[in-house]
Amino acid sequence: MPALEKYIGAKHTRNPHTIYMLRLADNALILGQRLSEMCGHGPEMELDMAMTNMSLDLIGQAKLLFEHILTLEDLAPNADVLALTRPLERYSNCLLVAQPNVDFAHIMLRQFLFSSMQKRQYEALLNSNDSTLAAIAEKSLKEIAYHIRFAKGWVLRLGDGTKESRDRMADALSCLWRFTGEMFTCDARVADAVEAGTSSDFTKTYSDWKLEVKTILSEAGGLTPHENTRMIMGGHFGQHDDNLGHILSDMQFMQLSYPGLEW
Amino acid sequence: MYSTDLRTDQEKKSADPQVLDDAKLWDTFQSRIDNGDVIEAKDDMPEKYRQTLIRQISQHAHSEIVGQLPEGNWVTRAPTLKRKLILLAKIQDEAGHGLYLYSAAETLGRSRDDMVADLLSGKAKYSTIFNYPTPTWADIGTIGWLVDGAAVTNQIPLCRCSYGPYARAMVRVCKEESFHQRQGYEIVTVLAQGTLAQKALAQDSLNRFWWPSLMMFGPSDSASTHSSQNMKWKIKRHSNDELRQRFVDATVPQAEFLGLSIPDADMRWNEERGSYDHGEINWDEFWAVIKDGGICGKDRIRARRAAAKDGQWVRAAAHAYAQKQETKERVA
Amino acid sequence: MSRNNWHLYEVFIRSKNGLAHKHAGSVHAQDAETAILSARDLYTRRGEASSLWIIKSSDIIASDPGEAGELYDPSDDKIYRHSTFYTVPDGVKNM
Repeated sequence: MPALEKYIGAKHTRNPHTIYMLRLADNALILGQRLSEMCGHGPEMELDMAMTNMSLDLIGQAKLLFEHILTLEDLAPNADVLALTRPLERYSNCLLVAQPNVDFAHIMLRQFLFSSMQKRQYEALLNSNDSTLAAIAEKSLKEIAYHIRFAKGWVLRLGDGTKESRDRMADALSCLWRFTGEMFTCDARVADAVEAGTSSDFTKTYSDWKLEVKTILSEAGGLTPHENTRMIMGGHFGQHDDNLGHILSDMQFMQLSYPGLEW
Repeated sequence: MYSTDLRTDQEKKSADPQVLDDAKLWDTFQSRIDNGDVIEAKDDMPEKYRQTLIRQISQHAHSEIVGQLPEGNWVTRAPTLKRKLILLAKIQDEAGHGLYLYSAAETLGRSRDDMVADLLSGKAKYSTIFNYPTPTWADIGTIGWLVDGAAVTNQIPLCRCSYGPYARAMVRVCKEESFHQRQGYEIVTVLAQGTLAQKALAQDSLNRFWWPSLMMFGPSDSASTHSSQNMKWKIKRHSNDELRQRFVDATVPQAEFLGLSIPDADMRWNEERGSYDHGEINWDEFWAVIKDGGICGKDRIRARRAAAKDGQWVRAAAHAYAQKQETKERVA
Repeated sequence: MSRNNWHLYEVFIRSKNGLAHKHAGSVHAQDAETAILSARDLYTRRGEASSLWIIKSSDIIASDPGEAGELYDPSDDKIYRHSTFYTVPDGVKNM
């Protein structure tokens, strides 16, 4: 099997700096991929374009991060092999970004919850001892600010719109809130990254974030997340739910069908 | 394609309004056109001119919107991050171009909702090319190379169309589309220069898309009834066959450069004409795809209907919210 | 004109400071905020803008094309308003 012999997938890394950047990159990649599913199918043509714009921003961020990782560590022959060929358990995105595009309420709430976290996460990179990473964060923060503005506007419109739209937002909130705790957990990889000088500890802003988000939700037709929601975790350590495998079967289709080729 | 009336004879008969423009309006209007005047939205114009443009521009807009779908089939599976970004940007451009065109058509007095309703009901047409499937990645290259190549050939003359809002929309579209054909040709080039398997993908895709691409320019001049009046009104600047020939002459050498063969045994250089002669186009297939939607027509319309249905509650919510905000402002 | 109650807004783009805003096209939107965001997504995908204006199409007051004759033709024969009307002696420069 010459093709298989020739083909080398992405290598493992033990460097906490790289591991943390892979997490950032996977988050952006998987959410960008999810949003790209809506391209051509948005509920209104203007909204279709807006979702595609966000998808472009996120996949662009992921691409910069993967490329930067490869300048520091030789994990793969190129960013595509690193991004598109790892087995499921080696993707380290949080569970939230892989949640499905149930409807526009789910999509906008997922975006709002993620982007408002991502803003804090990337602000914590601005003083990174890796100046390239800091520069990527600075560029991305402008895009993130737009994503928040767009998604927040629609969370408010849908939450405080009609009964149907509010019901859909309430459903989205009950589905998605469970995945927010994971994003702000100061797990071993965050702690290692803080120690390595990759990032400051943004998870300390969890309660500020909760306050900010809950204020918007309550403006949005009085939506409130359930107080005692049990938070579900795992994605950051490769323990995914049913969604990611299907995402990967699309995303990796070409790289795995025709290993090692140029496109 | 965009300047071709894709309705069947029967549909044309039942749809064409009994136009009661007075002869004087037609004469003064024609002399404005002959003087090279550009017609603007609120100018007097023959009803027939207005109707022709609404049909043509909306058909063009529908083609952009439906045209997102065959390529959208590959967004989630694009082989590299770079290709994924390019493809997303390109499909997004098409949505944008659809919107520019609906706006241009709306200046003639028909709402976008009504035009979209016609698309969803099957009353309005769009280019048949988008009813062909895209089973392999090579099709994304071929669509950019051939379909966008044909589109540009068609659209550049439309930048000088006599109706100002349409011409201006086309200027913007042509400017933005300049990268579409190139990215397609680049994809095909990589395949043609790749492994045997990749080259086979490219050739197979060319085989499938070549003839449908030629059909995009519409029926032969001898069979096209609407052409002469549209030429007189400068809605259309060149005949279908003339544009098709231009496309063939530009494309054949591009295929040769890649070592791909055009699936036409009768294709040869005609020294005398300084152009390529090509074989007979199967117009039965063209009309069949218009009538029954070909392989993908049903899926395309189902996808657009689903999007429209998803939009209903979103629009209703946005409307309710805006009204609440207005009330709040008034109270405050 | 729209059955779904979305308004039509006209979009004007300033491509860079120092230039005037120029009409680019229109967007459908529910309110001013969505109109600005849609105009941004639709008309500035290639970095075309440093500033955007939007205005409800229904708020534009336009002159009637039927009155173009009385409004604009009278200025056609006032050629003395144009500098090319005047002859300047050959030796005189920079005027």
